[in-house]
Amino acid sequence: MTVIDVVMLAVAVLGGASAILVVVSRNVVHAALYLVVALISVAGTFLLLGAEFLAWTQVLVYVGAVIVLILFGLMLTRAPLGPMPQDNDHTRLAAALSVALFGFLAVLIMQAFGDTALPLSVTPTAAIGEILYVHWAFPFMVLGFFLTVALVGAIVLARREEGEGPEPLFDAEMDSERPTPAPTDVSTTPGVTSPSQEIRT
Amino acid sequence: MQAAFPLVFAALLFCVGVFGVLSRRNAVLVLMSVELMLAAVTINLVTFGLLAADRGDVVLTGQIFALFVLAIGAAEVGVGLAIILLLYRNRATVNIDDADLMKY
Repeated sequence: MTVIDVVMLAVAVLGGASAILVVVSRNVVHAALYLVVALISVAGTFLLLGAEFLAWTQVLVYVGAVIVLILFGLMLTRAPLGPMPQDNDHTRLAAALSVALFGFLAVLIMQAFGDTALPLSVTPTAAIGEILYVHWAFPFMVLGFFLTVALVGAIVLARREEGEGPEPLFDAEMDSERPTPAPTDVSTTPGVTSPSQEIRT
Repeated sequence: MQAAFPLVFAALLFCVGVFGVLSRRNAVLVLMSVELMLAAVTINLVTFGLLAADRGDVVLTGQIFALFVLAIGAAEVGVGLAIILLLYRNRATVNIDDADLMKY
């Protein structure tokens, strides 16, 4: 067993333990914080496999952005922060199913790749960039467009519509103080002469 | 390093995610379990990408695919949390057992 095997084993044990704590923790904020450890150990696995750009992207996107988003989601949905029963009544069935699936996959992996050694080498970030921007340029742009669409869609979904949900306090007061639309909006459209324009000329 | 190490780790993460999706009631926790499953998928992609690059088939394609899965997973969390916020606003709960309007 080499050093890299020992480190990989430690990362896998840490990540597996924190992943199990994510799904059995009774406190939702603790579950989110265990998810941080699990995702960091996934980034550590990427580092051990030599994919350093992917590892730092994982840390930036998941540990940085996604966890903050999930914590905001927990806060905005007023999740019960104390210890609460979070599981439904299929817990035993789900546990049996996932343990059986893991056993099946583990046996399959050990039979197929039990003695296959990985050719480890560090992937330079420049090589990733070259392939991404030359061979994968069109899918990369489609991905950018997809991210824009997802951002706009998330904003449109989460925006509070008029008259939907509980009314916030002082809403009627703010409505009465809202200014009426300015008449300059009309005058900017071509072909329409507004009264204010006629007065000015 | 043996190829089985990261593959078994990914299988463990995936099965834990399956357990979370099947057994949790809070929709945000279900989303977190889906994130665990996506992380398992990226580990598998990188590992098999290394194996394929050794045979000279494809160069770095596994890592590029993993990068795409990462970006799509981030977009999925954004849209998913927006849907959960909408569910909470309309039904005042995030228990996914209560969102059974289209069940039957």
